[in-house]
Amino acid sequence: MILTDSTVPTDATKDPPEAPMRPRRRSWGRALRRDWQLYSLAVLPLVFFLIFRYLPMIGNVIAFRRYEPGGDLFGEYWVGLRYFRMFLADPTFWQVFTNTVVIGGLTLLFCFPLPVMLALLLNEVRTRWLKGFVQTVSYLPHFLSIVVVAGLILQTVSVDGVINQGLRALGQDPVAFIQDPDWFRTIYVSSEVWQTVGWGTILYLAALTTIDEDLYDQARVDGASRWRQTWHVTLPGIRPTMITLLILNIGTFLAVGFEKVLLLYNPLTYETADVVATYLYRVGIVSGSFSYAAAIGLFESLIGLILVLSANSLSRRVAGTSLW
Amino acid sequence: MVGVTRGYRVFQTVNGFVLAIVVAVTLFPFIHVLARSFSGEQEIRSGQVSIWPKGFNVTTYEKVMSDPIFWVNYRNTVFYTVVATAIALVLTTCYAYVLSKKHLKGRGLLVGIAVFTMFFNGGLIPNYVLVSSLGLRNTLWAIVLPNAISVFNVLVMKAFFESLPVELEEAAAVDGSGTYGTLLRIVLPLSKAVLATMLLFYAVSFWNSWFAGFLYMDRQELFPVTVYLRNLIAGATSGTDNTATSEAALQIAASIQAVTIVLIMLPIMLVYPFIQRYFVSGVMLGAVKG
Repeated sequence: MILTDSTVPTDATKDPPEAPMRPRRRSWGRALRRDWQLYSLAVLPLVFFLIFRYLPMIGNVIAFRRYEPGGDLFGEYWVGLRYFRMFLADPTFWQVFTNTVVIGGLTLLFCFPLPVMLALLLNEVRTRWLKGFVQTVSYLPHFLSIVVVAGLILQTVSVDGVINQGLRALGQDPVAFIQDPDWFRTIYVSSEVWQTVGWGTILYLAALTTIDEDLYDQARVDGASRWRQTWHVTLPGIRPTMITLLILNIGTFLAVGFEKVLLLYNPLTYETADVVATYLYRVGIVSGSFSYAAAIGLFESLIGLILVLSANSLSRRVAGTSLW
Repeated sequence: MVGVTRGYRVFQTVNGFVLAIVVAVTLFPFIHVLARSFSGEQEIRSGQVSIWPKGFNVTTYEKVMSDPIFWVNYRNTVFYTVVATAIALVLTTCYAYVLSKKHLKGRGLLVGIAVFTMFFNGGLIPNYVLVSSLGLRNTLWAIVLPNAISVFNVLVMKAFFESLPVELEEAAAVDGSGTYGTLLRIVLPLSKAVLATMLLFYAVSFWNSWFAGFLYMDRQELFPVTVYLRNLIAGATSGTDNTATSEAALQIAASIQAVTIVLIMLPIMLVYPFIQRYFVSGVMLGAVKG
């Protein structure tokens, strides 16, 4: 207390001459003495980051080492790139890698543009309560547990579910959707749209409110139709938001909703449904080949990191907007 | 010319129609599952139940609610959520408060340590190995500790703390209040709105989580209720059994599944209309800074 007290006036008197010079001259010793209470608040969170975030990153060394379950956290001895060579020669790996790219690509294709469209449509609604109602309803799936979502999907597409009732009404035979590999991607992507489209509009709606009304007035004076106003004023107005979200989406492109796939797939649909994350879960945790699975996981994380970095630098060069 | 053209009126009608479809499609699965939960076995099995219960009954509810394991798991979920949310809230507040102090030496490093973990994480296997070798399996801590801080939430809270007027804290410091005292007596009482948002973010995410429980709990009486539901639906996804008996078992599970889904959703659905705006404002606050 006394320390904080005494530093306040010193700081106030020191501030003006400090501005032209480098403020970096304050030493760590002084900073610690002055702000030890603040630093003490950061200790527990830092311990958390160290143990539960950074230690697992280092733990990836088991991808290059022989690991015995129950043995050393960082493995027993070095084996070099053995596990990497193993999975690169594993046809199942390439199968699940292809599935991941296809599912991720389809998800990006639908889940990125649809919130933009919904936001534009919502933006045209002039009745406030109606707009609020549609928003409230469309955000709802975001708040559900993925297990509940999977349960809802399974009920809806089951043989006695509502989609098959519709098919039967049209005189078609019922389809066992969830056991049919040809339907998995459709089920995955459409339920993903159902879950995310409403929540995805929030940032766009916020960006839409910041567009200057004068721009619309000018466009109208120039005789632009509503459609052209949308094209030339509205879309450029939300472009930075779109690019930011696109970068984030591309970065998480390979991190296909692991939990949802795990809940929805089954051995009958593995050929289209099994993704890298579920494969490494089965190989690593179910079958106990930890090092092999860790090698696959590390490979996947690195691709993810490369995707974010390249999407970011691409958009900086092409569009002049980037995350950092 | 500024007035409403015919084309625009047509557009408004079409727009209203499209949005009505969006609302209907979003709500449909909920209504469907609700209808099934009140329907008879026979009616569900023969595919008669769509949006209105057929063969109305509440016996399935009675059956699920009389299963002691269901209640044990439900209580576990409540307990895990309360403990995890409390810990997460304290840690997040502390770290966000530290990060909001612009003058602090090493602040950039502290921000970097947190933000880097948003883009790169250890992955499933190293995390699993770590939690197992720390001896956290089959304890509450396997669910709580690995997810104790969400960096996104830290950034939301940091943005809020930075928006508070500096003068208040300076005045408190002049009055002889230390950092802890200022945080507890001046800052937190002004931060009720953001604390409520954080509380909801964490509570909903812990309430909904299942994978940690599924991964680290071996005994049924330790499961959160989401894992209870997962085990019910896992029977329905594995289409490998074709024998008549398991077919019957799966079908019974259909109405039980519906009831369990409804009972797990219920608390969230009840508070949803009131909490939704906090979430939206939280996301905006995070997005502006993040």
